[in-house]
Amino acid sequence: MTAYARFSLLFLSLFFTAPLFAEDMETASAETVISDIAEEKTLQDYLAELTEAGFREKEELVLKVVETDEPETLPVMQALLEGDLYYVKDGNTLVYKTSGDPVTVFGGETMTGLGSRDIKKISVNNSLRTLLRAQISRVELFSKNPQTRKTAAINLLKSADELDPALLDEALSQEADAGIKEILLLVEGIRQLESDDSAVRLEGITALTGSLYPEVRGALSNFANRAEADGNGKELAAAEAALSKINAMLRFNSIFENLYFGLALGAVLLLAAIGLAITFGVMGVINMAHGEMIMLGAYTTYVVQQLMPANPGASLIVSIPAAFLVAGLVGVAIERGIIRHLYGRPLETLLATFGLSLILQQAVRSIFGPLNRSVVTPEWMAGTFEVNPALALTYNRLYIIIFSLLVLAMLALVLKRTLFGLQMRAVTMNRPMASSMGIRTGWVDALTFGLGSGIAGIAGVALSQLTNVGPNMGQSYIIDSFMVVVFGGVGNLWGTLVGAMSLGVVNKILEPWAGAVVAKILVLVFIILFIQKRPRGLFALKGRSVDMG
Amino acid sequence: MSIQAKHIEQPTVLYLNGVSVSFDGFKALNSLSLYIAPGEMRAIIGPNGAGKTTMMDVITGKTKPDEGTILFKDEIDLTKYDEAAVANLGVGRKFQKPSVIESLTVFENLEMSLKGGRSVWAALNHRLTAEKKAKIDEILTMIDMTGRAHDMAGSLSHGQKQWLEIGMLLGQEPQLLLIDEPAAGMTDEETMKTAELFKMLAKKHSLMVVEHDMDFIEALDCKVTVLCEGSVLAEGSLAAVKANQKVIETYLGR
Amino acid sequence: MNDSFKGGPLTRLIMNDQAGRRLLGVLLAISILVPLSNLLMPEGSILHVSTFTMTLLGKYLCYALLAVAVDLIWGYCGILSLGHGAFFALGGYAMGMYLMRQIGDRGVYANPELPDFMVFLNWTELPWYWYGFDQFWFAMVMVLAAPGILAFVFGALAFRSRVTGVYLSIITQALTYALLLAFFRNDMGFGGNNGLTDFKDILGFDLQADTTRAALFFSSGLALMMGYLISRYIVTSKLGRVLVAIRDSESRARFMGYRVEHYKLFVFVVSAMLAGVAGALYVPQVGIINPGEFSPINSIEIIIWVAVGGRGTLFGAVIGAILVNYAKTYFTGAFAELWLFLLGGLFVLTTLYLPKGVVGLWAQIKGKMGGPGSGSGSEKAEGQA
Repeated sequence: MTAYARFSLLFLSLFFTAPLFAEDMETASAETVISDIAEEKTLQDYLAELTEAGFREKEELVLKVVETDEPETLPVMQALLEGDLYYVKDGNTLVYKTSGDPVTVFGGETMTGLGSRDIKKISVNNSLRTLLRAQISRVELFSKNPQTRKTAAINLLKSADELDPALLDEALSQEADAGIKEILLLVEGIRQLESDDSAVRLEGITALTGSLYPEVRGALSNFANRAEADGNGKELAAAEAALSKINAMLRFNSIFENLYFGLALGAVLLLAAIGLAITFGVMGVINMAHGEMIMLGAYTTYVVQQLMPANPGASLIVSIPAAFLVAGLVGVAIERGIIRHLYGRPLETLLATFGLSLILQQAVRSIFGPLNRSVVTPEWMAGTFEVNPALALTYNRLYIIIFSLLVLAMLALVLKRTLFGLQMRAVTMNRPMASSMGIRTGWVDALTFGLGSGIAGIAGVALSQLTNVGPNMGQSYIIDSFMVVVFGGVGNLWGTLVGAMSLGVVNKILEPWAGAVVAKILVLVFIILFIQKRPRGLFALKGRSVDMG
Repeated sequence: MSIQAKHIEQPTVLYLNGVSVSFDGFKALNSLSLYIAPGEMRAIIGPNGAGKTTMMDVITGKTKPDEGTILFKDEIDLTKYDEAAVANLGVGRKFQKPSVIESLTVFENLEMSLKGGRSVWAALNHRLTAEKKAKIDEILTMIDMTGRAHDMAGSLSHGQKQWLEIGMLLGQEPQLLLIDEPAAGMTDEETMKTAELFKMLAKKHSLMVVEHDMDFIEALDCKVTVLCEGSVLAEGSLAAVKANQKVIETYLGR
Repeated sequence: MNDSFKGGPLTRLIMNDQAGRRLLGVLLAISILVPLSNLLMPEGSILHVSTFTMTLLGKYLCYALLAVAVDLIWGYCGILSLGHGAFFALGGYAMGMYLMRQIGDRGVYANPELPDFMVFLNWTELPWYWYGFDQFWFAMVMVLAAPGILAFVFGALAFRSRVTGVYLSIITQALTYALLLAFFRNDMGFGGNNGLTDFKDILGFDLQADTTRAALFFSSGLALMMGYLISRYIVTSKLGRVLVAIRDSESRARFMGYRVEHYKLFVFVVSAMLAGVAGALYVPQVGIINPGEFSPINSIEIIIWVAVGGRGTLFGAVIGAILVNYAKTYFTGAFAELWLFLLGGLFVLTTLYLPKGVVGLWAQIKGKMGGPGSGSGSEKAEGQA
């Protein structure tokens, strides 16, 4: 590609030097050039002529350009249409210029040091624009690349009325892809709305019913306005029926989208809260530094990515165990160093771990600086899944939902099926008994706390894919995580899942009509009121009162 | 829960009829029926998990029963009230684990327990009158703690804490005292003294004593109810109960 | 030790409280001497206290009152509120609203009725909840009522349904967090992000004048002394002993027939009002109130003042607030990086090694040296919450 580009540049510069000497050669000479060596001419040649040609010549040149079918053909024509195609007066190099420095058409190199007087726009008039538009559509509609064809078809929805009907018929007859054909039929439907024949117009409405493209909706509502103004009751009714069907589908869309966003938020809350469900729910330890465990996990992701910058995908996978270990080990250290001295004194534990959270935040700030760091999202996590024309879902959220459920399932497995899980449950249920059976309760405590912290670290890995990594990132999740655990019922993983998902969904469903902040406040108020009704949470185990006697 | 009519004629201070409570399917109380006459002392025995503590919780308003009638002095439906209200109606409760206010002195503990002045305003404007002081001194004598009136309750021995708590119950002047394992952690001598104290109290109050210690029950010399799996297994004098075949099988015999 | 039973309320308040007597003496001296030295001594004199220092000390006094308020509920009743900053901020906003109205047409937009930020938002009339704040007396009522009513509603809900311990702590934190979010919103009508600032004068006196500053300082000292005496009156009454009973054994208090929720509610509301007064005095001295005051970390810092000083001793709370804030001023100035390490370390160390704070440590040292009257110290209301 570079060799080719260099060659073209050289070629162009050589070519453009000649006409500079004769400013008054004008249109006639250009025409001669075309007819003379038409057989061997390339895209570059025609484009070079474009800088000199008058509007009429330009029209012919455009048609020639279309036939070259080079990779640059389409972009050049689009730039010409948009008025972004310039040439450098000195050397006649063709460039694109939007904002900033001009970029060469062939080779895509940025040219610096050029003033606005050094370049000249290749001007177009209205009839040329119409021609360009039609030709661009043609090139695109018959492109070999189905994606290009699809984009072209969607673009046609916007300018259906300007379209050459013959072109549309030709495209319809040649198109093999059913999806693209469907869009083309919509284009035809929009055109039919403009027909003089009422039967054709009604046919158009039928064709458009059920489509979710905003252009279709626009065309239909324009049509409905016209029909109302004309007093055309039958068509108005048909158009309104079609519109209300589309609106209903859009409403469903937006509900679905909010649900999806809500589930994704719920997944994040779930990841943040699972760890807490262990440390707070199972052990009864209130760890205010839990958010900082999430932060440590996110920073671990960042560091791992710095170590293997070439491969963001693999680094993300490596980050999961790494974050678990880092946060888990810090957790074990916290348990052994501080929390173990404070068992049975929850309020003191709260204060000590809060102090710890300040220390961890400041430590990270001292090491990595106060600014947010961003973690690169691997390609397979980027992108969207298009459900229908009006709804696209991002993959990263989907991955996080799946990931959070996997983590929950793994944890449930560890608790139910492993010896460690058994010992952990034994210690929380009856410490003296477990101890007398030979379980090293102190060791189990430390590991349990490490497990909860490690899972928070994993949550940090997931969060690094959604937000920036910063020293304060943990704080925003601590209150929410506690809410989830309290709402779901302490010591109950199932409750944590339901709690997280319902809080996530409620938050996102409230957001559109209440705004993000008010939605958050409403949820907080709701939980405060909820705790009034069910102080032990949604899935509280009803038990014999054991606090006295 | 509506007030249900009593089905027995005699006056009672406490009337439990068909009371059931269940936690997660486990029936802590299973249609329990029990009647205590005014001025009666009743001992309750039963194996662990027989529902003794739950029964106390239900009477004192801590736990609401799923079904059944609980009447105090034949007419007050106790299921409608919470702990504080039940206490103010005249039902005192002593816990298994002695629970005195450890960072207050013995005197202050007793002063707090004295009947009346439960509202916030009354507490803020409380004055220690000579009458109240006399009452506290009387209780101090009764529980044999005059010399320790100004010691922190937290510094008392286990047995002394039990006595202080009993003293605090007396300060409340309840008509019915519910007492959970008073002899636990007491020396033999203290146990016998406690039994004597209870017998003396029984002249003015009704008492319900839950206890494991058979010697203590023997010393109380009163009617005994055996609870098992949330309902009454047997009732009668200690000797009669001890001879009961069902009781021997489920409790004493083991 | 049962001296609290004898004598009238004054005896109970002053005569039986040696530490409190000393504290009040020192406070009274400071409240009078600092303004006098600021106003009367020539600048440059060794006896001159600069306006900057006086304002800083005034801030400490407000914080001390806030610490007393928190100690009243945490030290004596075991309610660990992680949201008391909210009551402080509400008091501050009530005062701020009065000061905003006092600006009148001297604002940038010279609107006699609307504060600048409302003009900026294209509002045409004053929201209803701003009515009355041009009257000083009304603002002062609101300084007490706004935190008081919030505390009453919140407390009534929370205490009735017996939310206790860490659950209560977390929902108090959620409360202040929710208010933080709410006050950040422009359409709440409290100046959004920027809060209320650019105050001109109070009761007609220029806020920048040394005399006004001195008066505010004196008022802060007076408020602290009053707050201390009110709290002292409460904790030495029988009500105080009920609070301690609730702290040590909530069920016992219930089974004795005390309505625990009423007691908690009473002391929670009193405490919120004291915090509101502290906020109201703080705002004119620092010249601004913004939603940052609602941030959970502010509330939790108050806890550490009380913990460092010694919870369950009102004068300990005062000492702790002043000590920690002095340290904060010093460290954020000299070693900004270190401050959070130090603050975090304070949390860990006091909970692990100094459960009774410096006051407890002092009593311990005195006890070791075997001095008379040592041991349990002058306060008996100690222990773990």
